[in-house]
Amino acid sequence: MSGARSHAVLTTFVIMALVVLATFPNIAQPYYITLVLPAFAYAIALLGFNLLFGYTGLLSFGHALFVAIGAYGAAVLSSKLGIKSFELVLLISGLAAVIAAIPVALLSVRYVRIFFGILTLAFGMLFHSFLFKFYNLTGGDTGIRVLRPSLLGMDFKELDKTAFLIGPFYYYCLALLMLLGFVMWRIVHSPFGLHLTAIRENPRKAEYLGVRVRFFRLIAFLISAFYCAIGGVILAINTGQADPELAYWTHSGELVFMTVLGGFANFFGPLVGAFAFIFLKSELMGLTEYWRFFLGVTLAVIVIAFPRGLMGLAVDLWSKARRR
Amino acid sequence: MTAFFDILLGGVFHASVLFLVAAGLQLVFGVQRIVNLACGSFYALGAFFGITAVNWAIAHGAPQWSFLPVLIIAGVLIAAIGPFIEMLLRTVYKRDEAFQLLLTFALVLMFQDVLRFFWGANPRQLGNLSMSYGKVTLGEVSFPTYNVLVMLASLAIAVGIGLFLQRTRYGRILRATAENREMAEALGANVRWIYASVFTLGTMLGTVGGALVVPTAAASLDMPVELVVEAFAVVVIGGLGSMRGALAGALIVGLVRAAAISFYAELEVLAIYVIVIVVLIARPAGLFGKPVE
Repeated sequence: MSGARSHAVLTTFVIMALVVLATFPNIAQPYYITLVLPAFAYAIALLGFNLLFGYTGLLSFGHALFVAIGAYGAAVLSSKLGIKSFELVLLISGLAAVIAAIPVALLSVRYVRIFFGILTLAFGMLFHSFLFKFYNLTGGDTGIRVLRPSLLGMDFKELDKTAFLIGPFYYYCLALLMLLGFVMWRIVHSPFGLHLTAIRENPRKAEYLGVRVRFFRLIAFLISAFYCAIGGVILAINTGQADPELAYWTHSGELVFMTVLGGFANFFGPLVGAFAFIFLKSELMGLTEYWRFFLGVTLAVIVIAFPRGLMGLAVDLWSKARRR
Repeated sequence: MTAFFDILLGGVFHASVLFLVAAGLQLVFGVQRIVNLACGSFYALGAFFGITAVNWAIAHGAPQWSFLPVLIIAGVLIAAIGPFIEMLLRTVYKRDEAFQLLLTFALVLMFQDVLRFFWGANPRQLGNLSMSYGKVTLGEVSFPTYNVLVMLASLAIAVGIGLFLQRTRYGRILRATAENREMAEALGANVRWIYASVFTLGTMLGTVGGALVVPTAAASLDMPVELVVEAFAVVVIGGLGSMRGALAGALIVGLVRAAAISFYAELEVLAIYVIVIVVLIARPAGLFGKPVE
């Protein structure tokens, strides 16, 4: 496929996906619409996560830490400090995550591969135990309530909670996903993004060529923390609660799961993975009490048989169909 | 003074169980280069199966005192799942570490529901059996005999593993495989068999550890994911792949946890991770680990 052709195909698919998502609230039942909101949240978080995993080659098992910072940021700002503006909440929570990520990243990027994974897991659990044990500050295991924010200064008082979530909030988050997706697209195709890919492919060679490997890994880490926090804010507003489970290592594992399910080698893989995971999980939970088992089986099958995930599968099928 | 001994003995007891699980983790990492997130699941499996085995044995007329040997036998027997799980992991040996880690995460998810299916969602306990061995009293300090026996058992296993790895022919082949798989294979080592047996041994250390802890603590579905966190702290402090590291790390984590619980319970997990981070800053490879790139 020529570059221009594949670009046109890609654009068509993205526009189709956006049209479906934009009309979705008009055609689907509210239950399914509320499922799309966490999918938006995870899609944004995974865009950042995959900059680190797919593009830089660092597998974090602790990024739920930053999702939790986003969620608790939204909780503290809205219920304790009375800040209503969604834009302000996003900005402050995102920056808080970046600041928290600096020491974590400085320590973690000294390592690669499995050590990086274990160390990030350790930091995630450190934060989890802080959230869990310091009851007076964090509300312990029940967490903190998250109040409904105002969007662009409008507080939509006439709408009840569900109507707010599946109405204005839905479209706001869709727009946010588009914006942050576009920014991430530019990042990975910029010289900076190409540096990251070079580091993933061969860190030593990149270093010989003058790339400041650790510095680039650090920046990628901070950007991923920001994206994860934005995802966390949306998750928390959707459920109305920030609780310590968000920081637990199994939640980090779910982030990796989604990314691999969609396919980490493809820019759109994590987005597909977020939607596929949320719907798969909700369907399984409706079908059986033992949904975790079947999620585990799905993950095992993906890892063993389809390591390039759903997007890898789609690309293969597409090119096979075109050759015919 | 009594408080000091309580912390010391409680900490060492916890450390001896933690050592077993961490040793399994180290063994599998040392030889197969896989970090097994499911080590906690094996631990919980050993705990639940141990309860069932003891209840069954007592219902069939076994004397009360026999629960310790029954627990150990149960832990050893349930490790029979090891070879089957190794067959699953075999598919990803040549892949990126990320996939290996994720496959063990898939196992964690599956085991969570396997445990729920067989033993239900509520925590299970083994009554007060651990007290039936009585207490050891030393001056003002008294301590359940059972806990002392577990410490001794763990110590015996530690010595046994050390001798096995250092002194036996099979142990040498195993270390050679860990050092250089291709070369060992070229020299005629049956790597397939080695991997299967090492993984099963690693599983067994986890299941026996779980079985031994169950007379003193309830078995619950939170066990697997909680234990992984502590076991990881142990191997990071001690150094990945090192047996001596597992021993030192387990003692540090066990004692710190015991001290934190008695002085300021909020710091239980935090204290462990502060040590993890301090160790990593001062000695990036852990206390006994080989330097990493």
